[in-house]
Amino acid sequence: MQNDYDVVVIGGGPAGLAAAIKAKEYGLRVLVIENRETLGGIPLQCVHPGFGLHYFKEDLTGTEFIYRFINKFLEMGIEYHTGAHVVSIEPFSDLEKRLTVVTSKGVLEITTTTIIYATGARERHPFEIGITGHRPAGVYTAGEAQTMMDIDGIMPGKEIVIVGSGDVGLIMARRFALEGAHVKAVIEIMPYPGGLMRNIVQCLQDFGIPLYLSHAVTRIEGTKRVEKVIVTKVDENLKPIPGTEKEIPCDTVIIAAGLVPYLKVLEKAGIIIDPATRGPVVNEYLETSIPGVFVAGNALVINDLVDYVVEQGELAAKGAYLYVQNKGIPTKKWKRIVKGRNIRLVTPHYISGDNDVILYARVQKPEEKVKLRFPEIDKEIKLPFVRPAEMLRIKLKKEELARAKDKITMEVVPHD
Amino acid sequence: MTETRHFKLTCIVCPLGCEIEVKMEGDKIVEVTGFTCPKGKEYAIQEVTAPKRVVMSVIKVKNGDFPTVSVKTDRPVLKKLIPKIMKELAKVEVEAPVELGQVIVENIANSGANIVATRPVKRI
Repeated sequence: MQNDYDVVVIGGGPAGLAAAIKAKEYGLRVLVIENRETLGGIPLQCVHPGFGLHYFKEDLTGTEFIYRFINKFLEMGIEYHTGAHVVSIEPFSDLEKRLTVVTSKGVLEITTTTIIYATGARERHPFEIGITGHRPAGVYTAGEAQTMMDIDGIMPGKEIVIVGSGDVGLIMARRFALEGAHVKAVIEIMPYPGGLMRNIVQCLQDFGIPLYLSHAVTRIEGTKRVEKVIVTKVDENLKPIPGTEKEIPCDTVIIAAGLVPYLKVLEKAGIIIDPATRGPVVNEYLETSIPGVFVAGNALVINDLVDYVVEQGELAAKGAYLYVQNKGIPTKKWKRIVKGRNIRLVTPHYISGDNDVILYARVQKPEEKVKLRFPEIDKEIKLPFVRPAEMLRIKLKKEELARAKDKITMEVVPHD
Repeated sequence: MTETRHFKLTCIVCPLGCEIEVKMEGDKIVEVTGFTCPKGKEYAIQEVTAPKRVVMSVIKVKNGDFPTVSVKTDRPVLKKLIPKIMKELAKVEVEAPVELGQVIVENIANSGANIVATRPVKRI
């Protein structure tokens, strides 16, 4: 019996829309399931520029970027449900996955040959980063504040402290400053900023916002509304140093403490997860440990650029196409990608050597004048610097990969 | 004798974040180093002479499927004009529908830039 669809894409953000468009172009029968009321995902609330420099060779806002995909998707007449939640995935066999989807019109049971899981990430919350104290009003995650300001047009507060200097935190600092709030500080636990240098310049320096490195917000105080935060210096093990506490009065705390791939439904289905990326272990088609279930975007690995997210969506679509054509990804002798010196994470984890492959990686610590080395294939790339905040995107050619036997190590080493 | 000044900048044109150095003698730029593309060089020169930024915000929408529309300046504007532009934008309200790319305010605060919509809003 034929399944309802060749591919069901879960998530209608940039990864999901790009995957669906590509899958449709391959001639697959596609369905997209989005849990918000509108297609588009997070870029819908990203009013700042910096999107699409690689993919469209243009500098677009998140909103402009995502509408190019939304418009194309709608023109192609691809089927979709909004306001629909996937509550379970049952891998019934390699060629049949059963989805249970709750929609406003009732519960749907859908069968499909493949799944592209593109649900993005969730935000880390205050309890995950060791903040104690009262639980007053005025504590928001960066994403919540962004929805309030840039979709609903409501200011969350006036005197702001931002926890975390990743790009999300920096961009929100600028949005608050532009809209007339007083951003009193950005607090970063690491000894270096979490976001891109360009965002330190244009989001903090432009507005004279102080950045406290090697500091943590250890306590939030306030009876009804936030009244102040307690900020403490941390040692090299990121432990607060007693006696270094200081108070910063404020009415709003924004938690921008990073993102985690959102995999709830896949975890229930028994997926294997890489503790470094916190996303699934995947092969070069972004296929997970469940055959025919692919993953793309921030559900795979936390990306810096939406351009990479889209690239992963399109690659997952190619994987789904091959899977449908061949009734499974043709079995390979997979070669492992091994993390060497100063590599914190890398994805994909397994490659065949039959195709060019793009590796997405992050380093553990910042370093200058280094080379990125792949000893088994004699490849070296000189880099002026590496920073944990800046994802490395490295293309390895098929011919280069042919030199490796069973593994390919990626390492960062100093060069002189 | 003209004074020699060195400026160290982090380029914001793209996420690479090149470290660019500009050497000036008086008001004259004598050397730019560290850029990897022509846009970077242009940015560095702009940044030490008259820094510019694209400004983004949201404005209120009446009768729309969204309560706001996101907007930006259609070109970079002088940094010193940003507070004035934001104050003017706070007073603007539009009626749905709004098309993506629609000009909402022409030549805002005499900056030479128009305010354009970056998200469509349907009328309900």
